[in-house]
Amino acid sequence: MEPMAIVSIFVLSVFVGFEVVSKVSSTLHTPLMSGANAIHGVILVGAIIVADHSTTNLELGLSVAAIILATINMVGGFVVTDRMLEMFKGNKK
Amino acid sequence: MSSTLYDLIGLAAGVAFILALKGLSHPKTARRGNLIGAFGAALATLVVFFHTNEGSSLPLNNLGWILGAIAIGLVIGVPAARKVQMTQMPQLVALFNGVGGGAAALVAIVEYLNLGDTATTAEVIFTVFTVIVGCVSFSGSVITFMKLQELMTTRPVIFPAGRFIIAATLVSVLGVGGWVVNSLGTTPLLILAGLSLLFGILFVLPVGGADVPIVISLLNAFTGLTVAASGYVLDSTLLIIAGTLVGASGTILTRLMAEAMGRSLFGTLFGAFTAKPQDVAAAGEERPVRSGSPDDVAILLNYARRVVIVPGFGLAVAQAQHTVRELADLMISKGIDVAYGIHPVAGRMPGHMNVLLAEANVPYDQLAEMDEVNPTFGQTDVAIVIGANDVVNPAAQTTPGCPIYGMPILEVNHAANIIFLKRSMRPGFAGIENELLYDPKTMLLFGDAKASLTKVVSALKAL
Repeated sequence: MEPMAIVSIFVLSVFVGFEVVSKVSSTLHTPLMSGANAIHGVILVGAIIVADHSTTNLELGLSVAAIILATINMVGGFVVTDRMLEMFKGNKK
Repeated sequence: MSSTLYDLIGLAAGVAFILALKGLSHPKTARRGNLIGAFGAALATLVVFFHTNEGSSLPLNNLGWILGAIAIGLVIGVPAARKVQMTQMPQLVALFNGVGGGAAALVAIVEYLNLGDTATTAEVIFTVFTVIVGCVSFSGSVITFMKLQELMTTRPVIFPAGRFIIAATLVSVLGVGGWVVNSLGTTPLLILAGLSLLFGILFVLPVGGADVPIVISLLNAFTGLTVAASGYVLDSTLLIIAGTLVGASGTILTRLMAEAMGRSLFGTLFGAFTAKPQDVAAAGEERPVRSGSPDDVAILLNYARRVVIVPGFGLAVAQAQHTVRELADLMISKGIDVAYGIHPVAGRMPGHMNVLLAEANVPYDQLAEMDEVNPTFGQTDVAIVIGANDVVNPAAQTTPGCPIYGMPILEVNHAANIIFLKRSMRPGFAGIENELLYDPKTMLLFGDAKASLTKVVSALKAL
């Protein structure tokens, strides 16, 4: 990829990241942290890609470990966030 | 699948993550936002299986291993997320964050081994960054988990010459990082990983229990950045977008949390080394306190016009949310004005108490934030503090140098009467003595919060 394209993507993402959460109330800090945490579980995609590239046993072993950890992060993160938010919804009239 | 289609789906997943964070910032859209994020992540994971990289073919190599590993991850992650008690939520978030950081570090190591001599300098630099920060996030999160789970002391751990050891570790991490960039060996990379794990531990040990949530949030942002860096090495736009989003929003969130606690980020991380030694002797001495019975409490409440309930983590530990709601409903039926005063960091994490009370179906409109409720304590007849301590400790306003000095508190000391429901005289999570317990207008009701509240409810019903 073009270095300039990468820098552009990076800088724009930083500003979007700043903007979307700048006004969140403290009530939602815990679910928001948990939800953002789940999003970086998308490293699972990277773990699958390196598992595909793996040629030695060491590489394969490490990538299998990475896939397990990333799956826990992603799936567990979204499930637990949903559980928290389900409760918030319950008392909205 | 064509590369263009693959990239477009990746972009769609990136947009889904932005919508997810946006949704999570408002109570009404939060749940939908989270589901959109989960959908984006699932989509992104699914399409990897149908995309051929240069020089490889479908199905993916090691497909059995990949699917097996995902299955193991699901078997561990889903039950953990479904069964966890709401009180243990912060630990779980810390742990999920740590494994994410560990995964990013492993991905970087494998890709480095795989690229070998063909790696460009830029790729090696990003790999080094990912390994360092990913390992710090992993070991740091494990320590925060142990602190929150109370597997180790929640107080700051300070060792002789601590700051020099930490600084020396950091310098050697950076030095070895430079060595990896120059000499491209496997051994230096593994040494780097080991040193970074050590640095993560040393970095979090001095942080006091009450400040741990800020550190979790910071490590969360760190993990985001490592994901973005691995996105560069793996040439994946999606990972760059997702990682950067989490890195940026996590940084803002960390700052918001620190503000809510009245702390600077620097003070949180390095406060233990700069704080003056505490006068520990005073905490040990026996001083008289006024303790009451459930009947005394019920009488006091019966003649009150306005009562503010201040719930803390002890309430959740005793699983007394439902009982406290019963008490509040009973008082309201007697025409008493009742509000819950919620400190932003009540519980173990900002917003944690709101989650816990939501679990007990406490109506949203009875929850008052600190800024709303503080001016009303002067007109409040009774403040009931249930399992909270640090968030009402006046030392935060009066004792410069104490670990929570500067943290905004709920000013229950302005109420006409204060009732503390406590299990014992043990100080709060931050480990600081609370002068308010010895105040003449304070009454203490010792015992399990749930049992005590049940007795108060029946006594109040009888009046």
